[in-house]
Amino acid sequence: MKRFAMKNITKSTYSYNYLLPALVIYVLFFIVPTIVSIFFSLTRWTLFDWEFIGFENFINFFQESSLNIGLRNSLIYGALTSGLKVVFGLLIAVFLCSEIKTKNYLRTLIFFPALISTIAVGAIFKALMNPTRGPINQILEAIGINGPSWLGNPHLALFSVIFVDVWKGVGIATVIYIAGLMSIPPHYYEACAIDGGNSFHKFFYITLPLVRPAMNAVIILSFISGLKSFDIIWAMTGGGPGFASDVLASVIYKQYINGFYGLATAGNVILFILISIIAFPLYKFLSRGEVEY
Amino acid sequence: MKKIMIPVLVVAFMVSMLVIGTSCKQEAVAAETNVTLSIMVHGVSITKEWVELFSKEIEEKLGIKSEIELTPGGAEGETIMKSRIVSGEMPDITTYNVGALLRALNPEKNFVDISNEPYAANISEDFKMAASVNGKLFGIPLAPALVGGWVYNKDIYKKLGLEIPKTWAQLIDNCNKAKEAGYTAILGTFGDSWTAQLAVLADYYNVNTIVPDFADKYTANKVHFSDTPSALRGFEKLAEIKNFMNKDFATLTFDEGVRLLSEGKVAHYPMLTFIFPTISSTYPEAVASLGVFPQPSDDANVNGFTTWEPDGWFITNSCKNLEAAKAWMNFMTSQEAYEAYATVQQISGPLLIKGLTLPSNTSPIVSEIQSYFDKGKSAPALEFISPIKGPNLPQICVEVGSGMKTALQGAQDYDKDVKKQAQQLGIEGW
Repeated sequence: MKRFAMKNITKSTYSYNYLLPALVIYVLFFIVPTIVSIFFSLTRWTLFDWEFIGFENFINFFQESSLNIGLRNSLIYGALTSGLKVVFGLLIAVFLCSEIKTKNYLRTLIFFPALISTIAVGAIFKALMNPTRGPINQILEAIGINGPSWLGNPHLALFSVIFVDVWKGVGIATVIYIAGLMSIPPHYYEACAIDGGNSFHKFFYITLPLVRPAMNAVIILSFISGLKSFDIIWAMTGGGPGFASDVLASVIYKQYINGFYGLATAGNVILFILISIIAFPLYKFLSRGEVEY
Repeated sequence: MKKIMIPVLVVAFMVSMLVIGTSCKQEAVAAETNVTLSIMVHGVSITKEWVELFSKEIEEKLGIKSEIELTPGGAEGETIMKSRIVSGEMPDITTYNVGALLRALNPEKNFVDISNEPYAANISEDFKMAASVNGKLFGIPLAPALVGGWVYNKDIYKKLGLEIPKTWAQLIDNCNKAKEAGYTAILGTFGDSWTAQLAVLADYYNVNTIVPDFADKYTANKVHFSDTPSALRGFEKLAEIKNFMNKDFATLTFDEGVRLLSEGKVAHYPMLTFIFPTISSTYPEAVASLGVFPQPSDDANVNGFTTWEPDGWFITNSCKNLEAAKAWMNFMTSQEAYEAYATVQQISGPLLIKGLTLPSNTSPIVSEIQSYFDKGKSAPALEFISPIKGPNLPQICVEVGSGMKTALQGAQDYDKDVKKQAQQLGIEGW
């Protein structure tokens, strides 16, 4: 009788065959292209044939200034946009969770830039930052400051784009933070107040530790999207002037349209490895620091 | 009630589909009696008005309809072209660059060989060379010849008592005087990075005259820009112009630059003469005050134009009605075609078809350019003689022109770029 029951249970378990459709799609469209692209990154290929050249593409990528500048700029871009979003997002979120009348209106307002198409944002800021006819420099001129060429100065162009990226992306960070802040039970704050804590104590001993999960999400998401960022840079500077604001993704795109398919593939493999070796340990490290009360 | 409505709606839908279906069929039959060619116009070298006027003429005279599609120029257009070729969605006829860029499309596989067509015999030798691969001719010119040089403002020259410079030092001298008088001495439009290349590319007549076998040795990896003083000179000249350019040179775009040039605020603009037709249609009053001279060398005896071949018309291999396409091409090389051209656009360079006469609407710069041509003082730009052109030249020129890199560093970077391109194209010796 018992054996019979066991048999029934085994029978009713789903067969692995049910995984097959998903597995086939995953292998065909994710695993195979990944392996193939690692192979083609070791070749010089056209659409018609290929030639095996070992690690030459990778060596080129690290040696040539027009290529490795993308690597450097991507790291600057990822770190800076992520850092600024983490700080400003938190400040704005704390402000928007306090007792102010226009709270809901302001929450909508801060999220608004995230809804606009990135290319449109790029085009708008490109016009605003025009050195002679752009409103930014015209305002600066009115108060007696000679504004720089925001996108034409090679030392400034990347940071101008970073500023716009933060302006556009800080809304999403804020929303994640607000969700995190709302989940902090109010009685912690009450307890703190009874113990005689001021708002400084509340922020550093209650808000900051308990908002850590939200903060980690913001760091990881904005850092990865910063490393992959392409559209806003392409719309604003096209990687210029010269190669001054090129990031990995724009370098890869340029190699592709110039017909250097091997180099472009190698660039993608580098981007893939870079994100893997930075993102996974970063995530592990961050989630270790989360606390529960 | 609801139950009855559903079958009624279904029947109504089916009937309407049937009606639509039959009407589609009738249209298709009507179109077959008339030949329609799909034409793709790539880039900015030809205006839409001209193509439309042209297709109207062709429809009247040959009974061939044209369906025009515009695609962007530059690197973006090249990508579109390459992906259309790979996906087999080519039009019947297309425009495209000749020279190095044409070779990158593998024309022997993708375009129709027209070497033996009767109209091919009248095409100028320089254009034929640039539009041929392995001795097979693929394209016909879509516009008159172009030269690269320094567009200058004759009014400013007259006012300041300047003369057309024969040496680079004289040009710098003129720039100093124009700058002192409060004009923009040299217009920089690095917002469109391709415009930064002109000082290097238009110097090729000088390179070619001083080192006549440069192109062959360069293609064979025996000489380079950084180790040939006369070739490096182009980058050095580019590095010298920074102090003469407008303040917003780094972000100003080509279109904005053309407007400034037409408003008479600019003394010089290193550019291709294809801007003359644009100016004549957008700012007609400005044309009379603009002229062009070659980029001077350091020796007054070496002074001539670097020429650019205009884009060509090509028949693609996916063309189904070859006879119609060939008739179309034949018309494009006729006197009638150029008369039609002149009604919308001023002719701004010598014609590339032998035996044609210049229409009446011809710019005065044509005779200026022709006088150099007649003396043999012209040479095709390097990209029409050698298959290798490094794709990053625009960005490298922006770096050199705005002082981010020295001329030598720029030339060395360009040599690396050339090496990559040569290897990608599979050229021997690299």
